[in-house]
Amino acid sequence: MKKRSLWGEALWRLTENRLAVISFGIIVFYALIASAAALGLIASPWETEVGGSYQAPSSSAFKLWLGTDIFGRSVLYKVIHGARMALGVGLVASLISVPLGIVLGALAGYFGKWVDHLIVWFYTTLSSIPNIMLVIAITYVLGKGFGAMYIALGITSWVGLARVIRGEVLKHKQRDYVLAAESLGCSHFSRIFRHIVPNIVHFGIISFSIQFMTAIKTEVILSFLGLGAQGQPSWGIMIDDAKQELFQGVWWQLAGATVAMLFVVLAFNILGDALRDALDPRAGRGIG
Amino acid sequence: MWVYVLRRVLSSIPTLFGVALLVFILFHVMGGDPVYQMVGKHASAQQIADLRHEYGLDQPKTTQFLRYLQQVVTFDFGRSYATRQPIRQMILNGIGPSLTLAIPAFILTTVLSVLISLVVVYFRGRWPDRLGVVLCVLGMSVPMLAYILLGQYLFGYKLGWFPISGFDAGWPQRLGYVALPALIWVAVATGYDVRFYRTALIEELGNDYVRTARAKGLGEPGIFLKHVLKNGMIPVLTNVVIQIPLLILGSFLLERFFGIPGLGSMMIDALHGSDFPVIRTMTTLGAILMIIGNLATDVLYTVFDPRVRLS
Repeated sequence: MKKRSLWGEALWRLTENRLAVISFGIIVFYALIASAAALGLIASPWETEVGGSYQAPSSSAFKLWLGTDIFGRSVLYKVIHGARMALGVGLVASLISVPLGIVLGALAGYFGKWVDHLIVWFYTTLSSIPNIMLVIAITYVLGKGFGAMYIALGITSWVGLARVIRGEVLKHKQRDYVLAAESLGCSHFSRIFRHIVPNIVHFGIISFSIQFMTAIKTEVILSFLGLGAQGQPSWGIMIDDAKQELFQGVWWQLAGATVAMLFVVLAFNILGDALRDALDPRAGRGIG
Repeated sequence: MWVYVLRRVLSSIPTLFGVALLVFILFHVMGGDPVYQMVGKHASAQQIADLRHEYGLDQPKTTQFLRYLQQVVTFDFGRSYATRQPIRQMILNGIGPSLTLAIPAFILTTVLSVLISLVVVYFRGRWPDRLGVVLCVLGMSVPMLAYILLGQYLFGYKLGWFPISGFDAGWPQRLGYVALPALIWVAVATGYDVRFYRTALIEELGNDYVRTARAKGLGEPGIFLKHVLKNGMIPVLTNVVIQIPLLILGSFLLERFFGIPGLGSMMIDALHGSDFPVIRTMTTLGAILMIIGNLATDVLYTVFDPRVRLS
């Protein structure tokens, strides 16, 4: 049998899982659509009227595939821009929280003593406030909108990862390769980030996919509560609009936003599980 | 064991202090002056000064923090800005409706998900298991808002089985109003719980004592009922206990949509009305309840698993 590197082995395990490959394809598809919308290549501009109010879906033109909203705007265009918003929030929030979780977890595990006490106390405190309430409170205090939402989601969701990384670093720091690095005169910084962290960074990758999905779900709820997107298209606002429309028989706005969200969250759920199986075969339970 | 329990109780004091500090910094330092958010743009200087005085915002930050700590300890959070009622009274009024929804929903979810996870684990790797996992992931991926809107439309409006929204304080009328939101709660939460319990039970099956039981010729149902069930109930119980205190808070979205006047609705009203004292209180209350839940879980662990006490 051919010998593979650890990462090669993980990649092979991942591609063996057909559902995971499909999920990855779905996420790439969403990312492409979102980027194209961000660059103005498709579905632009979304604010203009393309027909009458509440026009039912029709196959006559791409922009009418999902009908129109109360102002005659294309629902499909709004769904596409909603994807841009949701993926943006997911990306920024996990780009904040994953590095934060790795760095703080690694520092706590490596240095121990008061550094550990302080960081553990900090994340215990942070995780003692119910997540959704903390996110709501931070978004509210910072003045609503996307900036506030990025920060709120980013700084609240690193705790689970930090706990795992701390535990792993505790195990690794006494291993021979770290002691060898020490005897060669490597600094603390180099020992943590060049020697230990690359061995446990896969936990960050697993956590990334989970946090990306959580952020998308939370964005929808925050926007629905009026704390997120302000005057911009968002699946949450579309669903909020739909609560009156449904009783008038207008189902396409709700259906568009819900189905769009369902597929991307489903894909992240499946990919997250597959990543865990591939990268951390011994673990039975997720980190979140 | 009592020493451990006492130590654990004492160790939650720094956490509680940390929460108070965090909430205070969040609302009083990071957010700037909350009065401007509360009164809006068109308030007179006198109005602003009066409000600042009423909420003690004209005092130095340390005095404000001590006052807030005192509020947390005495559970007296002052008055709401929007309704002018004492916040403590508002909370006490909201607990009833919140629990009317939360308790039946929680019990139903727990019973259902334990039963489903037992069935699924018994057939692990075969089609009932695969079907169960697929349904869980699917159920977890549908946004809760979609469940609510579709449920309201289909069962409330089209079929007329349940009231679309509203609440009645009398018994047993109030149960009719919470029935549909409770069922939606069950639909949303069961997926998460089944997945968690399934993983915990399967992990239990991988233990050495299971192999020993198998080696001595015990049949699969025997292993399952006599050994795995007992040990596997520890994570289940933990997951249940940790959630109990938080039930008081109810559910933001469900209460909002179904017009149930519980604590979830109260928080959302406070957000819409920029009722800063209420938002701050609810955040603090949520943290206190969560600390209690964590504490109860840890204590429970020592009862069931003596090894914890030694470490």
